[in-house]
Parts: sequence; structure tokens; C-alpha cells
Amino acid sequence: MGPFIAQFLTGLANAAALFLVASGLSLIFGVTRIVNFAHGSFYMLGAFIGYTVMQLLPGAFGFWSSILVAGLAVGLIGVIVEMLVLRPIYRAPELFQLVATFGVILVIQDLALITWGAEDLLGPRAPGLKGVIRILGEPVPKYDLALIAITPFILFALWYLITKTRLGVLVRAATQDREMVAALGVNQSWLFTGVFFLGAMLAGLGGALQLPKGGADLLMDFNILASIFVVVVIGGMGSLPGAFIAAVLISVLNVFGVRYMPQSTLVLMYVVMAVVLIIKPYGLMGRKEVAGEHGQVGEPEQPFSPFGRRGRLIVAVLLIALATLPFLGSKFAMILAIDIIIVCLFAASLHFILSLGGLVSFGHAAFFGGGAYAAALMVHYAGSPMELAFVLAPIITGFLAIIIGWFCIRLTGVYFAMLTLAFSQLLWSLVFQWGEVTGGDDGMVSIWPSPWASDTTVFFYLTMIIGFGGILVLRHAAHSPFGYALRASRDSAGRAEATGINTKRVQFVAFTFAGAMAGLAGTLFVFSKGSIFPTELEIGKSFDALIMVFLGGVKTLAGPLVGASALSLMQDYLTRFEYWRLALGLLIIAVVIIAPEGIAGTSQKLAARWGIIRRDEVQ
Amino acid sequence: MTSVLEVKELSKSFGGNHAVNNVSFAVGAGELLALIGPNGAGKTTCFNMLMGQLAPDAGEVLLDGENLVGLPPRAIWRKGVGRTFQITATYPSMTVVENVQMAIMSDKKRLFSFLPYARNLYREEAVTLLDLVGMAEQADRAAAILAYGDLKRLELAIALAHKPRLLLMDEPTAGMAPSERIKLMQLTADIVADKGISVLFTEHDMDVVFAHAHRVMVLNRGEIIANGSVDEVRDDPLVREVYLGGGTVFADKEESENA
Amino acid sequence: MLELFDINSFYGKAHILNDLSFNIAHGEVVALLGRNGAGKTTTMKSIMQMVRPATGSVTFAGQDISKWPTHKIAKSGIGYVPEERRIFSDLTIVENLEVGRQSPREGVPTWSFDDLFDLFPNLAERRNNRGRALSGGEQQMLTIARTLMGNPSLLLLDEPSEGIAPIIVEQMAKTILELKSQGLTVLISEQNLHFARIVADRAVIIESGTNRFDGNFADLDSDPETRDAYLSV
Repeated sequence: MGPFIAQFLTGLANAAALFLVASGLSLIFGVTRIVNFAHGSFYMLGAFIGYTVMQLLPGAFGFWSSILVAGLAVGLIGVIVEMLVLRPIYRAPELFQLVATFGVILVIQDLALITWGAEDLLGPRAPGLKGVIRILGEPVPKYDLALIAITPFILFALWYLITKTRLGVLVRAATQDREMVAALGVNQSWLFTGVFFLGAMLAGLGGALQLPKGGADLLMDFNILASIFVVVVIGGMGSLPGAFIAAVLISVLNVFGVRYMPQSTLVLMYVVMAVVLIIKPYGLMGRKEVAGEHGQVGEPEQPFSPFGRRGRLIVAVLLIALATLPFLGSKFAMILAIDIIIVCLFAASLHFILSLGGLVSFGHAAFFGGGAYAAALMVHYAGSPMELAFVLAPIITGFLAIIIGWFCIRLTGVYFAMLTLAFSQLLWSLVFQWGEVTGGDDGMVSIWPSPWASDTTVFFYLTMIIGFGGILVLRHAAHSPFGYALRASRDSAGRAEATGINTKRVQFVAFTFAGAMAGLAGTLFVFSKGSIFPTELEIGKSFDALIMVFLGGVKTLAGPLVGASALSLMQDYLTRFEYWRLALGLLIIAVVIIAPEGIAGTSQKLAARWGIIRRDEVQ
Repeated sequence: MTSVLEVKELSKSFGGNHAVNNVSFAVGAGELLALIGPNGAGKTTCFNMLMGQLAPDAGEVLLDGENLVGLPPRAIWRKGVGRTFQITATYPSMTVVENVQMAIMSDKKRLFSFLPYARNLYREEAVTLLDLVGMAEQADRAAAILAYGDLKRLELAIALAHKPRLLLMDEPTAGMAPSERIKLMQLTADIVADKGISVLFTEHDMDVVFAHAHRVMVLNRGEIIANGSVDEVRDDPLVREVYLGGGTVFADKEESENA
Repeated sequence: MLELFDINSFYGKAHILNDLSFNIAHGEVVALLGRNGAGKTTTMKSIMQMVRPATGSVTFAGQDISKWPTHKIAKSGIGYVPEERRIFSDLTIVENLEVGRQSPREGVPTWSFDDLFDLFPNLAERRNNRGRALSGGEQQMLTIARTLMGNPSLLLLDEPSEGIAPIIVEQMAKTILELKSQGLTVLISEQNLHFARIVADRAVIIESGTNRFDGNFADLDSDPETRDAYLSV
């Protein structure tokens, strides 16, 4: 009984920081509708800043003041981010802002590296709370007990702020209709900034508060990001008590997981989330998001039509030009081209469900990595030839998409996004922790193409054929009756259902199809590299695809290709510098602010304005 | 007159509140039947049950004798029931003609075809339908830039795409100018008379109702309190008390007869 | 009190308001009439700067408010009741009113929660219900009440009778006349001429975003050509 209770208390203590950070994310999302990817970075900054201030301020008073100072400082950083990066792009299409927040992650990573160095920092212990207390014979750190005591006060304070004060009323009203709030005389810019301050401050407090337990390091941002998404979703978007219960649930499970099932700690959290969402699709205390409640931001999409003869000719010329690369460029150029074609196919497959289907997946890496691992496992264990892998791996990925889609397609909006994220993380943690089969962190190596295709030039042509073949298939599907049915389901589910379209089935098929195409990209990838590691399944990989699609222009068919090429080239060029993240992050933010419709979208708009292409004007 | 739609003892309550209570009525072949009543009287609930968006607690909805209860909207549509929405629901990312083509593709069960170009499928049929509602010239414009009245007409064309036997129209003229309201309803009346389609519609604009409905039903607190000709309903004291009021805010009898 | 001068507003490239000018005197109720798509809602939104006019000026109580942000205009005493009502469905009635609350303003009636519950007794009964539980008519009353909480001197009502049962529309007419008697100035956009006639002192008819008629209802009735051309009742 003793160990059990001690474990439980540790879990409760861990929940404190998690709850703080998650409630901040939930608040920011609720009011601004921004999925703040940079929230983990605010948490990390809280830890680093708290550490530095603790070096300056001595004693118990110094310790607790440092935590407050860290919270306030991070809150101010949040204000700076909101005012400089997000204010200019509130009117951009929904979810576009997440690209900007991704840029912020990169910038903060390098700034933290420059300021605090690459070494992990060991957190100072809290003065006066250094020892342990024995409960039923088991040692429980005093600091843990202090955290457990503090958490309910934080929950109550936040709950009071949101439900009982005028500020809380305004925040909840703005969550629903910010324009109307402005029309009633409330300065919504400052309300947004205020909410960002509060949300970032909560993240900073969380980061500083966990210093004695976890210290500060440069991986904190991504490490906590997945957990807080999970907490917010399990609890129900926008529900503080929900976030609290979920934080406790996840933290306690984690502690018990580490003790009793050390092989599956990573998987556990996502399993819980999947189970909760299957039973309660909108989280423990959330409610269904009413479609259209927040209004479509930005202009509606332009109708599109297949390329005419001239368009096809241009594409053919471009492809032929690319095909001459082996005669002109170096081997290195070919390898870069192979990489880019693969990510283009990956991004195009995400674009298919995201743009045409309106299904924003945060876990598309599951299918890219899934295809790659399927191929690798076939080659490694069954000695399958490359040709067979190219046929079977996408099919296997398609089946994977059927399973994941079966759970996810029932949800919409941000819940869909989060559940796809959970499943991809589930897959990642499975691969990561099931080392006997997948090689775990060491990955799988020696997955080479068949001898005839092992020459770089040959593989380049193979990639061109399969990659562009896949992209053309996706494009054609967009123009087919099926693609139209998919757009119809997105544009107006009510109208679609009322004219005989089974929207969920259409979306399910599209999800499976896109999954298989991402699997094809993954298969190309594994044979081009000869190896595969769990990183290809990580959140970061899913985010890459999202960034590419949004950067290129979500509302254009060319967007994913433009975005994928642009991001890959930027990365390729910048990674040779020491602080490439800083540069890339700033570049992404700049593109986002200058071209809010994405590169392709904004170019099209300019082309229309200058009379190069014709566009129906929106009323 | 044979009835196309027969509703028998339909009931639905939300948390003890009887939104629709034991409602029975029938829609005759070729009939334009108006369903009116105060906000919150249960019109929308009633409509949603007919269209399969809401499951009734009790009762039957019979289309030519076949029970529709329990079927999803898309199945009811396939049985020959078309609908228009109170707030127009079209596909803004498509052109006008593509909106209609989409409904025809669905009717012809081509939703899962990957091979043909959708824009070439059933275009002529779709243009014919657009011609019927006077929208053929705008066929290739984006639906997103249409004026509201044109959107309403586009919806009508979509609703006619699968040659329905019954049209359910939820406030068909909401948000339109008075003159356009009368025109749209006249157009609807002409088309349904020509094709022998029955129509059940809700409406708050009494000028439209009194000018076009063959018969009027009044719903109040979930129950039908009047069901009869335009004149009977207009002069019904109970209807005046709960819904029409003193009659100062719509055209009086002589005016509407001249309209 | 309010003066619009040569307003031009666009949605994308569509030219909605075209050199629109008209004014409203203190204490007047003016009906803004016109077909659907004539630009009535855009006029309201242009006054509130929710749509930013490309050219022209809006003067309110002697100040040029054309470049002000929306919230500042609302703070200066213009209350806007949108056509789609846009109540906060997750908030209770009291909380909805709280969002609209502003400090008292000199020279105009000040509204308290209780005053409004007197004016709209239906809302009083349901003060702790969430907005989503209200019927269409009650929602319309709530939007008006919410706007009155800001103690406006000028009220913009965008098609308040749309989608409302005739009997509630009659009640609404009484309410508007009551507000007028308390000294409020009202601009009301309408398609229902019967209703407009009851509440308004003067009519402004716009078509294609231009002022086509400005005068009282007697003048309008004596000019059936104009009436039929732009309203065609």
C-alpha cells in the first residue's frame, strides 16, 4: 500500500506543472483559435529563466519569487510574440497561424541555445523543502507535497477568473465571437494580448515550478508539447476542470507506467487518450464544436479546373527539364532532388485530406513513417524485393489508415487533429519501444533498392516516375467525382448529406487514400536512404508536412509542391550554419506575414491582380 | 386527393419539454402546404424529423406509404425528398453548375468514381435545371460570389436535381427582399405545378404564405392549432392571438390578394 | 447627430456602397430601406468600421469616426444590433448583458440589468439560462438588451423583424417607440415596410449602395414610382 500511495502522490505532484501549461494552451486556443505549437517553448523558457533568476535570488523567498518572475517574464515574451508575429495574421485562413508558431519554436530553440548553452541544467532544490517525508514507510519528497497543496489553489484561481470576473465573461464571449465583442466596445486586440500573456505566463510558471524535479534542457519544448495536447484533448478543449482531471490522470498513469510497465510508458498516454475520445469524442468535459460557429476566416476558395493544354505543356516542359538533372547536376543535386520529390508527394497527400477534405491531420507522419517501416520490415524479415515492397507497403499503410481513420473520422476540427496526433504518437512510441522488432532508437538499416535501381541516376528516375505519378494521381482525384464529393462534404456537410452523400464514408475513403499515398512516399524514402529511424514518425515530421502545405498555400493545388520545395531548399541551405533554426524560424515567420495565403496562393492573387490569370472576384 | 407524405402522431421532447406533440397531417399530391407558427413552436424540430436529422420519440413519417423514420437524411433524399435550407447551403468552392452537377452525380451514384473529370459529367442536365430557375447565364460563376437571391434559386435547382416527389423548404424566402420573395415563391409554385411535386414549407413572411400556399397549418407549443385554407387561418382568433397579432406588420387581405 | 458623407465600401472588388450620404438628427428614428443586397448591412458595418470604407467620412456627434477601431466607436455611444443576432450562446443571459456593459454616458438614459429586465420581461424569467436555450424572438430581444447595456445614444438595428413571428414584431415596434420616447436616436434597416412605417419618422431608400430617396412616409406614398422601383412591395 505504501509504494502505491507514494507513486500516486508523485503523479499528483507532476500534474501541477502539466495542468498549468495545458490550461494556458487551452485558454489561448479558446479565445484566439490559435493552436499554439510554441506553447512548449514558453514552458521551456519558464524553466531557463526561473533557473537564472534563482541563481540571483537566495533563500526560500528568492526561490518562490523566481518562479513568479519567470512566469511574468514568459508572459511578456508571449505578448511580444502575439504582437509581432500573430497580430498581423489573425485574418489569415484558420490554422495558418500554427505555421507562424512553428517558426517561433525554432527561433526560441536557438535563442535558448545561445543564452543558456547546450548543457542540461540541474534544477535547484526548493529551500526548506529539500528532504522527504515518509508516508507509510515510503519517502515522498517534501516539494511534491507542496506542489500537491498548491495545485487546487491555482485551479480555483483560474476557475474564478474565468467564470466569475468580467474579464472571464469577456474571454468566454470572445471565444465565441470576437468581432461581436469588439462591436460592443471591448478592445479585442488587448483582450487577445491579455489572453496570450496569461496563457504564456501559465506555461512559464509550469516550467519554473518543475525545476526542482526536472531541471531545464533544450528538448523540453517538444517533450511536453505532446503531453499538453493530450491533456487538453482528454479534458475537453476549453474546460479547466477537464484539463485538471486529465493532467492528474496522465501524470499518475505515467508514474505507475514507469514502475509497472516500463516498456510501454510512452504508449500509455496515447492509449488513454484514444480510449477517452472513442467513448467521449469531445473529451471528458468538453462539448461538441458547432461547425461554423466561429465563422470562416479568409476568402472562400476559388473553383478550380484541370490544366488546359497550355498548363499541361508547361508541366511537361518542367518535368523534362528536371529529367535532365543527371546530365547537368552533381550526384548531390540528384539526391537533394530525390528528397524534395519525396516530401512533395508526402505534402500533396496531406493536402488532399487537409485542403479538399477539410480534415486537418496533425499525425500524417504515421503514414509516411508507417510506409517506410512496412517496407523496411518486409525487406528485413521476409527478404522481400524492392518491387514487391513498393506494391505492398502502400497497401499496408492504407490498412493502417483504415484503422486510424475508423477512430478519427467521427471527429471534426481540432479534435480530429488531436486524435490523429495521438495515433501517430502511438505508432511512434510502439516503434520506439518495441526494439526487438523495429530496432527501436537504432532504427533499421541496410534497406537498399534492388540492384538495377541502386545507381543514384536510376533511382532518381524511379523517384521521378513514382513520385510525380503519385502526385498526378492525387491531382486527378481532386478533379474526379470523388474529389468533388470530398469538397462537397467539406463545404457544406448538411447540404451534402441532404443530397445523398455519405460524407463520413467519403472522408474515410479519402483518408485511406491519402494514407496510402503518404505510405508510398515513405517507401521511396526508405529505399533512397537505405535506413529508417523512429524520427520519421515523430510529431516534428507531421508538423513539417503541415508547414509545407500551409507555407505553399492550402487553398491551391500547387501549394503543397511549392511549400515542400521551398521548405526543403531553405532547410538544405540553412542547416550548414550554426544557428540555422533561428534563421529558418525567422524566414518562416516572414513568409507567413508577407504571404498570408501561402506562397502559391499569394502569387496567384498577385498574378490575378496584374491580369496574368483570370479570377472571379469574391463579393 | 392522394397524399404523398403522411405524418402520424409525431412526437419529440427535449428534457421533458414537448417540442412536437402528437402532430399528424398529410401533404397531398401537387399541394403547396405552409407550416407557420411562433418561434420555438416546433417547426424546425418537426422539419428536422421529416428530413431524418432528428429521430422522433414516437410516430410515423410515411412517404407514399413507406416509413421514413430511422433513415438518415441521405437515404430520405434517395427516396425522392428534396430540401432547401433556411440559410442557404451550397458549395462555395464550386461553380454554380458544379453545385448542381454534384447532386446529379450523387443521384447517379458516381460519388466514388476516380476516373472521369467531374466537370464534364451531366453538365447539360445541370444547365437545363439552371435554365429552369433562370440561372443558366451564371452557370460558370463561383457560387461564393452569388447574390443571396441567386443562391436561393441555385438551391432550388439543386433540390430539383433528382426529380423529387416532395420538396421540404425551410423558410425559403428568408433574407430576401419582398419583391424577390414573391418572385421566388411564384417560380417555385410554377415549377412544382408543372412537375407535379408537392411542397411543404415553413415561412414567417405572411405575404408569401397568404399569396401562395394552398393550405396553411399553424403550430403552437408543439401542437397543430389550425389547419385549413388561407382565409380560415387568417381569420382564426386563436392564430391571431398566438401568432399573427393585430396584423399591422404584414399586408392586409385586399393588398395580398392584389399581390 | 450621425452623418455619412460619400461613403464607398467594397467586399473584395465588389463595390457595395457607392457615394452613400445621409444623416440622422438627434432623437430621430430613421428607416433604412432597400432590397436585399442593396447595401443596408454594409452601411451598418461601415458605420461601425467592421467594414472599412475605402473613401468617405462618418461623423458622429461632431467627431470624424471614420478611422476609429470598432470598439472605440462602440465606446463613443453607437450601439449595433446585427442582423444575425450573434448572441453568445454559451453565456447566460446575465453574462451576455455583462459583455455589453459600459459606464454611464452623459445626456443619454443609463440602463441597469433591472431596467432591461423590466423592458423585456421574458428575459428576466430566464436570466440564468444560456443563450442557446432561447427562441429566435428572445434572442432578438437579448441582442437589443445587450446593446442597451452600453448606454448608447445611437442605436443601429439591422433587420430586427427578420425571421420573427408577426406578434413579436409588433412587440418590438412598441419597444422601439419606447426607446425613442426616452431620447434615443435609432437607425433601423428593414425590408418590412409595414413595420418601418410604424416605428420610423423618416425613410432612406438605398439601391446599389446609393441614396435614392430621403423623406417621410407621406412623401414616399405620394411617389409610388420610387417606392415600386426600389422596394416593389
